[in-house]
This record gives sequence, structure tokens and C-alpha cells, in this order.
Amino acid sequence: MDIQNLLSMLFVMAGMVFILAGSIGVVRLPDFYSRTHAISKSDTLGVMLVIAGLIIHEGWNLNSAKLALIVLLVALANPIGSHALGHAAWLMGLKPRKKGEGG
Amino acid sequence: MNAFFLTSAILLTAIILIPTYRLVKGPTVYDRLIAVNAVATKTLVLIVLIGYLFGRIDMFIDITLAYAILGFIGSLTLAKYITTKAGREDA
Repeated sequence: MDIQNLLSMLFVMAGMVFILAGSIGVVRLPDFYSRTHAISKSDTLGVMLVIAGLIIHEGWNLNSAKLALIVLLVALANPIGSHALGHAAWLMGLKPRKKGEGG
Repeated sequence: MNAFFLTSAILLTAIILIPTYRLVKGPTVYDRLIAVNAVATKTLVLIVLIGYLFGRIDMFIDITLAYAILGFIGSLTLAKYITTKAGREDA
């Protein structure tokens, strides 16, 4: 077990923890906008960490360059998609939950 | 290292089942759409891990890139659609 594989496993496990936290947040949080908050940030960071760990496992070749392209695409596309859905919900008149209300 | 990837893939499959609850149960259509977005993002990681398990990572990376672009376009298109008049009648 050399240092490269150890670092790769560490990154993949850290990313799994972030993905699990985002998934629990999308079930437990009470409101659509807070669920958007849970998914868009922790999920993006988790996917980026897992694929960064796979880049470390791969080393310097064409496959790791393509994996870096996937990291760039996820970092751009996932927040944009979440923001578009939140903006559409706001335009359609979905009100955020205020402090003290039920739900 | 192969066993580690197999364990990660099984764990990720279990994690994907959690947003599926919101997808089935969600009170509004926006909750369902955000759950679909979450499942699509996690599936992207799962495809890469399966590529390592099969030993064909050079082929599976291209599938992952196409899947990421398709998920992004689909999410944007649905977000545009539900604000139009036809989408308002559907939702």
C-alpha cells in the first residue's frame, strides 16, 4: 500500500461522507429552498472529491485529463442547474418557509 | 484497490436510495425535480466506479461525460418548461 493509493482512498471516503450528508439533508430539511441548499453545495463538493481521488489513483495520462474535465463540468453544471430550478420555483410563486411556521 | 472500489460502489447505490424517497414523496413538483438532479449527479460517480471494476475505464469515462452533459441539459430544459404556460397547467 503506497502513498498514492492511500491518498486516493482518503479522498474517495471524504467525498462519500459529503454525498451522504447532502442526501440526508434532502430528506430531513423542511422546505424546498433549504433542500436546494443541501443538494447544490455538499453534493457538488462530494462528487468533486471522489473524482479527484480517482485522478490521484490514475496518475498522469489521458484518462486523468478526462476525469479533470468531468470535475470542471460538475463544478459548473450542478450549481447552475440547482439555481435554475430554484429560480423557476420562485417565479412560480412558491414561498419560503418563515421562522415559526409549521411544516 | 479493486475491493475498495466495489465497496464504494455498493455504498453509493445505498446512498442513491435516500433521495428516491423525496422523489416519490415530494409535496411539490420542484422537490421531485431537485431529487432527480441529485440522483443524476450520484449516478455519474457510480458509472466511473463501475468502469474501474470492469477494467474498461477509457470507455466508461466517455459515457460519463455524455451523461453529465445530458443531465445538465435536461435539468435546465425542465426548469425553463415549468415556468411556461403549458408547464403551469401540467404542474
